[in-house]
Amino acid sequence: MLRIPCPVCGLRDETEFTYGADATLRRPDMEETDPGVWHDYVFIRDNPQGRHKEYWHHVSGCRQWILVERDTLTHEIFGSSLVREVAA
Amino acid sequence: MSQYSVLSILRHGLTGNKHWPRAWRDPAPKPSYDVVIVGGGGHGLATAYYLAKEHGIRNVAVLEKGWLGGGNTGRNTTIVRSNYMMPGNTIFYERSMQLWGNLSQELNYNVMMSRRGYYFVFHSPGQGEVLRRRANVMRANGIDAEFLDRAETMRRLPMLDYSATARFPIYGSFSQPRAGTARHDAVAWGFARAADKQGVDIIQQCEVMGYIWDKDKIVGVETTRGPIRANKVALAVAGHTSHLAAKAGLRLPIETHVLQAYVTEPLKPLVDHVIIYGGAHFYISQSDKGGLVLGGDLDGFNSYAQRGGLPTVEHTLQSAKALMPSISRLRLLRQWAGAMDMTMDGSPIIGKMPIEGLWLNGGWCYGGFKAIPASGYCFAWTLAKGEPHPDNAEFTLQRFERGYQIDESGAGPDPKAH
Amino acid sequence: MTARRLLGGGRIDRSRQITVQFDGRSFLAHPGDTLASALLAGGQKILGRSFKYHRPRGLVAAGVEETNALVHLRDGERHEPNAQATMVEAFDGLRSTPQNAWPSLQFDFGAINGLLSRFFGAGFYYKTFIGPFSGTKFWMFCEGFIRQAAGMGRATTLADPDQYEKINAFCDVLIVGAGPAGIAAALAAGRKGDNVILVEQDRDLGGSLLSEPVGSPSDGWLAQARAELDDLPNIRVLTRTTAFGAYDCEVFGLVERVQDHVLAPERGKPRQRYWVVRTSRAVLATGAIERPMVFAGNDMPGVMLTSAVRSYLNRYAVLAGERIVVATNNDSAYTAAVELAKSGAKVTICDIRKEIPAQLGANAKSAGIDLRPAHAVLKVTGCKGVKAAYLVPVSSQGKATGGSVRVACDIVAMSGGWAPTLHLWSQRFGKPIYSEGLDTFLPLAEKGAFTCVGSLVGSASLRDALQQGHKAGGGTGKEPALFGHADFWGRNLLPVTVVTKADGGTPGKAFVDFQHDVKLADIDQAYREGYVSIEHLKRYTTSGMAADQGKTSNLNALARMAELRGLAIPNVGTTTFRPPYTPVTIGAIVAHDHGLHLRPTRLSTIHDWHTENGAEMMDAGLWLRPWYYPENGESITEAYVREAIHVREHVGIVDVSTLGKIAVQGPDAAEFLNRVYVNGFKTLPVGRLRYGIMLREDGFVFDDGATARIGEYDYFMSTTTANAAKVLARAEYLLQTAWRDLKVHVTSVTDQWAAIAVAGPKSRRVLTDVTSADLSREVLPNNHFTYVTIGDVPCRLHRMSFSGELAYEIYIPAKSGRKVWEALIAAGPPHNLKPYGLEAMGALRIEKGHIAGSEIEGRTTMKDLGLEGFASSKKPFVGSVLRKRPVLEDPKRPSLVGLEIIGNQGATAGSLLFAMNAPAKGHGEGWVSSTTYSPALKKNIALALLSRGPERFGETIQVVDFVGNQTLHAKVVSHHFFDPEGHRQNG
Repeated sequence: MLRIPCPVCGLRDETEFTYGADATLRRPDMEETDPGVWHDYVFIRDNPQGRHKEYWHHVSGCRQWILVERDTLTHEIFGSSLVREVAA
Repeated sequence: MSQYSVLSILRHGLTGNKHWPRAWRDPAPKPSYDVVIVGGGGHGLATAYYLAKEHGIRNVAVLEKGWLGGGNTGRNTTIVRSNYMMPGNTIFYERSMQLWGNLSQELNYNVMMSRRGYYFVFHSPGQGEVLRRRANVMRANGIDAEFLDRAETMRRLPMLDYSATARFPIYGSFSQPRAGTARHDAVAWGFARAADKQGVDIIQQCEVMGYIWDKDKIVGVETTRGPIRANKVALAVAGHTSHLAAKAGLRLPIETHVLQAYVTEPLKPLVDHVIIYGGAHFYISQSDKGGLVLGGDLDGFNSYAQRGGLPTVEHTLQSAKALMPSISRLRLLRQWAGAMDMTMDGSPIIGKMPIEGLWLNGGWCYGGFKAIPASGYCFAWTLAKGEPHPDNAEFTLQRFERGYQIDESGAGPDPKAH
Repeated sequence: MTARRLLGGGRIDRSRQITVQFDGRSFLAHPGDTLASALLAGGQKILGRSFKYHRPRGLVAAGVEETNALVHLRDGERHEPNAQATMVEAFDGLRSTPQNAWPSLQFDFGAINGLLSRFFGAGFYYKTFIGPFSGTKFWMFCEGFIRQAAGMGRATTLADPDQYEKINAFCDVLIVGAGPAGIAAALAAGRKGDNVILVEQDRDLGGSLLSEPVGSPSDGWLAQARAELDDLPNIRVLTRTTAFGAYDCEVFGLVERVQDHVLAPERGKPRQRYWVVRTSRAVLATGAIERPMVFAGNDMPGVMLTSAVRSYLNRYAVLAGERIVVATNNDSAYTAAVELAKSGAKVTICDIRKEIPAQLGANAKSAGIDLRPAHAVLKVTGCKGVKAAYLVPVSSQGKATGGSVRVACDIVAMSGGWAPTLHLWSQRFGKPIYSEGLDTFLPLAEKGAFTCVGSLVGSASLRDALQQGHKAGGGTGKEPALFGHADFWGRNLLPVTVVTKADGGTPGKAFVDFQHDVKLADIDQAYREGYVSIEHLKRYTTSGMAADQGKTSNLNALARMAELRGLAIPNVGTTTFRPPYTPVTIGAIVAHDHGLHLRPTRLSTIHDWHTENGAEMMDAGLWLRPWYYPENGESITEAYVREAIHVREHVGIVDVSTLGKIAVQGPDAAEFLNRVYVNGFKTLPVGRLRYGIMLREDGFVFDDGATARIGEYDYFMSTTTANAAKVLARAEYLLQTAWRDLKVHVTSVTDQWAAIAVAGPKSRRVLTDVTSADLSREVLPNNHFTYVTIGDVPCRLHRMSFSGELAYEIYIPAKSGRKVWEALIAAGPPHNLKPYGLEAMGALRIEKGHIAGSEIEGRTTMKDLGLEGFASSKKPFVGSVLRKRPVLEDPKRPSLVGLEIIGNQGATAGSLLFAMNAPAKGHGEGWVSSTTYSPALKKNIALALLSRGPERFGETIQVVDFVGNQTLHAKVVSHHFFDPEGHRQNG
């Protein structure tokens, strides 16, 4: 079980969260009309072995989406921040 | 190479089992091959076997970085079924089911295909309707499927919870009588031995570090045992697909997730079928050795760790006891995990990649084991002919651009939901 | 010979006598005994039968590593298979029986397998049973017999009567293992104020010290330590508790056997307790397990680990035999040998080593032991029990260099060195490191938040172990008290555990894995056949895969393979350690979460009224919803047809509290809605509501529902019951990641509002009665809402229709849901108001052609569902680009139609559609999504998705339910079966 540091609530069990998505993906602007751009955003992933920036949702807590940096090989967690406070 | 049979068992037994030949050779890699298959799991080995046997392409190497069958081939819950509803899937998995039927004879290696029947227990009329559609598609495609009401389900699966304290009452079940289990390791070893017999070089402890390029074309692989050139490089590396594709500059519609499985202590026969619980994601069968083999959901986040966590263990065992209350006093013997290459629609990718010389068989999510024979058959066809077999024609990388998502669960582009 | 209970000594309570039963025989025992020690003391030699050859087997060990003595424990609903006799505490009335033996333990028919064992070599099953014919029939015929013969214990099919519980715990230091090192760590950490949890699988603290003779100096130290542990309030000691798994982020799984040592749990107490411990750091002091030696006949009852013989002697006061041969390759066995000799046994030591430390030799001599250096046991003979050992002089490779000498004996105690119990460490960190000197794998003493101490890291002496523990606990200054004690750990070890004839063979079966009957010859055969990777070896021979998971067999199998391959052990590798360390009871992990408590049950605040008034309830996700309200014993069909007719003719009310409800608030709320819905929301005036459709990012339909504009910046969104949580999470995701510039808050208010739909031509009259408000068409047209008071409850009244009738939804503060429902019921009689359930609601919506979850099934587009008209062309929305992908625009895609079924029989949802003359094969031209009998049309109707559907109105098609053995014909019609113009709902 992962223990995830929520910037709002502190260190909490993985069971309070749901995994969201790769946080390096940038959702295209609403005005974007190129299906290729949307295809890459919706379907394509880097899926790295090692350090991974990812979104988690503190769904049974403060309901904030947080950005967690985690190693996908060792599950080591390096830190987290509130997504809304991360530079866009 | 001796043929396995009762006679060979007797003959070798009488001479102290001292003269059994190697099951497969241990060759040094040659400088070049027609086809190099990366990955010595079930899919890679089956591909090599069918390339040699069906297409006469014998100058083939299978490169394995560790030991044969050490990935998901040796980590699954051994269930074999062909209950797929979506066009593009149905016939493919049925081909696999048919190949399973004679695989022991085909390979002269007992893969222990046991058609003990598969039951999906459902818990609401709505869930039953969804399964009825699936069952009807199967039947319309010549695949066996049955629909059982509560009373008949109770008769066939008496150990389940039909009491008033079941959280999700059992309304009935959907069954595929020909489905069942097979012995996972035997599949890898059987294909390895049979491919070797056809002249395929199986090279273990040989990790692919990168590709050999001729301009923008891949013409071989760099390995820990030196460069090996090939006309075609074929990846069959479940759990490492993105990683090896990335070395070729290719990004894929895949996320890798961890899936756990569990086995109890060995018991006398208790569960005679494969049973799927519709109240939560849970499945159970009993191995021939007697352990109850349990499976459940993904842990739910990207991982290559091949190591799972307690929350999923709890969920799985809760489902186990909810489905079958008497399991409570039995003990869990071992928990393990595999890295699953989950695609964006839950269906695999088999075919030519946009990079010349590179071919891919991957993205099996957690349904790869049952697919091994058809996957090998179709991938071999695709490699040999340069175009897909009709059965794997829809498993393209481009299908997402076209909008052809082969989505059995209807969960959409969320890999952990498939 | 027999084993016997000594007159003195032992850590048992001789003041009380209890009786345990095995195989129908009663055995006297004392509190403090295990089932194993009681059986040993009572002369029971055979405790089990092996997996494959059904060979008679006795005790090998005294602890968790026991591989042979697995028994059935207790009866009836408390029956439990595969209990290790060594881990079962003796209690009065204990009943146990043998397993895997037929007809009896003494004479097991399955032992015939042993006679044929030459044909049952490694991989036997893979090479035969393939059968002379194609197909799987032959194998499955054989499989039936193989399954019966395999397995070990028999499981009960009765439900477990016992309770279990789960505790979530937190601490600064978790210490696993309360031997000397673990206790020293706990004391050190406890003294400096750390919050400590100390876990011990045994009933008592002390670990290896419990196997010291009573009266040893360690007893005093232990007593003092226990007292201090008791005194320190910040130390929690958990005995009878196994730390079975080490997981990420320093989370450990523990199972405490609270009431397994009694006949049945006391009332109110759990049988077992599952702990999930989150700790800042962990000290592992899990000790080591002795390694067997491999020689012919080493599985004969009476061949035991030396440490076990010593435990039985000192802890349980049972002398295992009278004539004992100790076979060793290291120093650690000498203490036991001397103690055994002093207790009256005639002891011979054969030590593979040529050079024996002088002190040990002297100790042995003075105890009257026959010491034979450079000797080993080549073979043990006997029949269901050791009769003699054949000793041979051996080379330093363990090969016989001369003739054998027969030594009559009844026990062979073997010590092949020690394997640290590194399971938890390895579960977490993977491969351990091989130590040549100790011929075993060790964990790193320090890694991450883990510290390993004591014999787990091969500490050379008790003194070292105590110091390591003290330091790991954070202790400084005064070190733990020392006392006179010899080294206890296998130093000076010669790394040889396999004893063979000069030619490398064994004169008889020599076992590596006892439970699974894996012989040395099987390892050799696997090597010959190329299964040389340690994982292949394990899987091909099944060595290490038995219920003990190779605790005693892994190293010997590995060593043999290394020898065959001519490689050093670390180059052959080791298998991976996986949780659990020892098997854990499934019920314990489940704790309370089973039966009705598997998942929470969500109930609307009106729920009790439904059940009090005879409603049949139905599971809808986690919710329970009224399905139908049978009157006078009606069937479901009779009830829903009546309810549906009633709504169309009079008025009905239905509880729709389960609908997802989300407050969307903020200055950019309109812009937000405009992006997530396909249709425009910017122009929606306050006081109005609008039906909206959401797509997924990939352009498929996600959800639908009505959203009301409550205020300038305040919207009330409703979602389907099934998707409520997903819609909210998705909205939060978009607002917090991609659309951070939008000033919008979304809040779930599902539980804050109860909701009731009032539908039927008389609905306005009922509501006018209860609200005294003007609800005329002019004042409250369709898709408008207003505020009303029902009784004294302020409510919001939405005018909207799912049934197609004049209809309203009342949103009520949740706690007053039932009050308002009852007010409506009370006002009902003049208007003939009745409740209706989900089934009737389904019939009404199908008659109207409204879609629901059966149509929004994750693979359908707006076009497929005939909703294309809702999509705004003036603005982008989620999914607006990808929904235009070529395949999704294909005109041949199945699209929503209505079906009028020809004949009296209704169709089943999930049936497939085929053209009239087409063969019923393949995937069909579509499928039936929802069906009902339509009371309004007096026909069986259905919603279906049919290829080019809307072009085919009037066509007759086949509707085939293969598994239901039903082929029907149906006319394709518009899915708007009833009142397509909407006169009734707009009236």
